[in-house]
Amino acid sequence: MNNLLEINNVTKNYGDFRALNDVSIHIPKGSVYGLLGPNGAGKTSLIRIINQITMADSGSILLDGETLAPKHTADIGYLPEERGLYKSMKVGEQALYLAQLKGLSKTEAKKRLKYWFEKFDIMAWWGKKIEELSKGMAQKVQFIVTVMHNPKLLIFDEPFSGFDPINAQLIAKEILQLRDEGATIIFSTHRMESVEEMCDEIALINKSNLILDGKLNDIKREFRTNTFQVGLNTKNPKEVAVKLKENFEVFPADFKLLGNELTMNVKLGATNTANELLSFLTNRGEVQHFVELIPSANDIFIQAINKNS
Amino acid sequence: MSKLKLIIYREFIAKVRNKSFIVMTFLSPLIMVGVGALVFFLMKKNDEKIKEIVYVDNSKLFSKVDFKDTKTVHYQDFTDLGIEETKKKVEAGDYYGALIIPKKDSLELLANSIEFYSKESPSMSIINGLETKIERKLGNEKLNYFGIDLEKINASKIKSDIKMFNFSGEESSKMKNWIKIMVGAIAGYMLMMFVMIYGTSVMRSVIEEKTSRIIEIIVSSVKPFQLMLGKIIGNGSAGLLQFVIWGVLLFIISTVLTAIFGVDMMEMQTANLSAEQLEAAKQAAGANKMQLIIQEVLGLPILKMFLLFIFYFLGGFMLYSSLFAAIGAAVDNETDTQQFMLPIMLPLILAVYVGFATVINDPHGPIAVAFSYIPLTSPIVMLMRVPFGVSWYELAISMILLVITFVFMVWLAAKIYRVGILMYGKKPTYKDLYKWLKYKG
Repeated sequence: MNNLLEINNVTKNYGDFRALNDVSIHIPKGSVYGLLGPNGAGKTSLIRIINQITMADSGSILLDGETLAPKHTADIGYLPEERGLYKSMKVGEQALYLAQLKGLSKTEAKKRLKYWFEKFDIMAWWGKKIEELSKGMAQKVQFIVTVMHNPKLLIFDEPFSGFDPINAQLIAKEILQLRDEGATIIFSTHRMESVEEMCDEIALINKSNLILDGKLNDIKREFRTNTFQVGLNTKNPKEVAVKLKENFEVFPADFKLLGNELTMNVKLGATNTANELLSFLTNRGEVQHFVELIPSANDIFIQAINKNS
Repeated sequence: MSKLKLIIYREFIAKVRNKSFIVMTFLSPLIMVGVGALVFFLMKKNDEKIKEIVYVDNSKLFSKVDFKDTKTVHYQDFTDLGIEETKKKVEAGDYYGALIIPKKDSLELLANSIEFYSKESPSMSIINGLETKIERKLGNEKLNYFGIDLEKINASKIKSDIKMFNFSGEESSKMKNWIKIMVGAIAGYMLMMFVMIYGTSVMRSVIEEKTSRIIEIIVSSVKPFQLMLGKIIGNGSAGLLQFVIWGVLLFIISTVLTAIFGVDMMEMQTANLSAEQLEAAKQAAGANKMQLIIQEVLGLPILKMFLLFIFYFLGGFMLYSSLFAAIGAAVDNETDTQQFMLPIMLPLILAVYVGFATVINDPHGPIAVAFSYIPLTSPIVMLMRVPFGVSWYELAISMILLVITFVFMVWLAAKIYRVGILMYGKKPTYKDLYKWLKYKG
C-alpha cells in the first residue's frame, strides 16, 4: 500500500453546476503533492471533500486503505486558504480547543503546543488575543494549529500567502521536515516557483476535470521541447547562424550572456540528438553556454490550461 | 470530552466572559429595581399631593354629601363667594380647579352646562370622577321627579358573586383568574424575551465564525450539525444562567430594599391590581392580600406548570434558535439578516399578541386553542393557557406537533447552515436557500 490517499472517480455537483467531474488522484505516502489549477477549477471542492466538509456525489476515497469516515478527521490537518481564528479568544485557549476537537486529550494538546510554541519562539503570545497579533503572527499560530496533532495527511491551501519571505522560508522548511518525518502533504497553490521547490508530484485540475497528473519530473519530460540555449564564441557569427538555420529550427535568444557571443535558442528536429548539435557548434567556435530549456511548472501550467481550453 | 461537549463549553465560556454579558447580568436587575422604585416613589408622591377642588353651586341641588373628600381630592363649597371671585382664587393658584354649576330650568339643560376651570388641563380621572358624581346626583333627582322612592331602589340592589368550579374540583375566583393570567403572561413573555435575546445571540455567534473564517477549520473537525447544536445549547445555557442570576439578584435586592426602606415590594407589584379585583379578593378571604396571593399561587398545579414550562421553553428556544442559526449561516454580516428575520419575528410577536388578546378573555376559545397547537406560536400561547387548566389530550397534540416541527426545522436549518457557512460574497435570496436544501452532502 503505497498510496496514502486514493481518490477514485469523484464527481461533485452543486445544483446544476458540476464542480468535479470523475476525478481520480492517487497520492503516494510521504510525498508533497501539488494540487494545481486556475481559480474556480475545483481544487477547493476536492479539498473540502477530503476534509469531509462536503460529500462527493459519487466515487470513493480511501485514506490509508480505509474508506474515508468521520473518525479520519483526526488524521488530517487542514490549513484553508481563507485563514481565520476566533478574534477575541486567547491564542493558547484557542489552540487547545482546536487540538481537542481533533481528538487530542487536554494534557497531550498542551504538551504538543508547548513544543511548537517554543520551536517558533512564540510562547509569549499564549495569553494574547488573536486580534492583538499581526497577520503574520496569526498565520504562525494557524500553522501550528494545523500540524500539532501529527496528522498523516496535511492539506495546505496557499500556505505562503500572508507570510513575508523569511517566514515563508521557515514554513517551507517545516513542511518539508514534516514530510521527512512521514507525513503526506497536499499542497495547493498558484505560486509555481514554490511548486518547483516543494512538490514531488502534481495534479492539474481545470474546469472540474483532472487534465494532468504524475511525478513532476515525468511531466517535465513529457513537456520538454528539445530546445537548447546555446552561446558560441565565433569569428563569423552571421555565417554560423545561417548554417544553424539550415540544419536546425532556430529561435531568437531570450537570455543574456556576459560577452558578445552568438546566442540562439535551438530546437532539435525529430532525428537530431543533442550531441549532433554540440559537435556542430564545437566545429565552429568555442561553446560558452549549452543548456536544455526544461519547461518550468509555470510553463506547463499555462500550456496545459491553454491546450485544455 | 466529546466534541459536542467541547463546543457547548466553548460557546458558553465565550458568552459569559463577554464584557457586555457580565455588565448586563449585573446591571439589568439594578436597573429594573431602580425603575420599579422610581415608579413607586412617584406614585407615592402623587398620592401625597392633595388636589383642592372648589365648587360654586347656583342650582342649590348639590350638597357636601355629593362631594365627599377622597385621599387625593378634597372639595370645598365656595357658593357664597360667587363665580368671579372663585375663578380668581383658582387662577391665583390657591386651588386646583373650580366647578361651576349654574342654575337652569331643567336637569337636562343643567347636565350640559356645568363648567370646570383650572390652570393646567385636568386629568381624565378627575373629570370622569366629577361627571360620575354629577350624573348620580342628577339621576337621583330625576327619579325623585318621577316619584320613584330612592330608598326602595337602593334596597333592591343585590350583589352576586359566582363561585367558579371545574370538574377536577378546583375552586376558582376572580382573584385566582387574575393570578393565572399573570403567571401565564409572565411565562409567555419571558419565553419571547429569551428567544429574542439568545436566539439572536446564536445568530451573531454563527456570523462571527463565518466572518472570521474559522468556520472551515471547525467543520473539518466536527459535523456542522454538531457545531450548530453546540452553539444553541451553549448560548441557551448562558442565557439560562443569566436569567437565574437575574432572578436571584432581584430577590436579594428586593429583600434588602424592603429591610432598609420598609418598602413593600410585593405591594409595588400588586399596585397594578384594579381596585375592584382587590376588593373582591379582600371580601372573599377577608385576609391580607399578600397572603391571599401566595395562597392562590400555591393552589395552582405548580409541578405540572413547571414541567410544561421547561418543555415549552426548551422546545420553543431550540426551534427558534435553529432558525436563527440558519439565518446567521446564510448571510455574511448582520445587516443582511433583516429580510430573513421578519418571518421569524412575526410568529413570535403574533404569539404574544394572541396570548394577551385572546387567552386572557377566553383561555379555551377557538383562537387560543388553535394558536396553542400551531408549533411556532404554541410555546408562548400554551404557556399562557396552562394555568387555566388544559386537558392532557390538548397538551399531547400541541407537544407532539412541536416535537415534529422541531425535528423538521432543525433538519431544514442544518441543511441551510451546512451550505451557508461556506458561502461568501453574494447576499442569498429565498430561492438560493431553497437550492441549498437540495444539495447533497
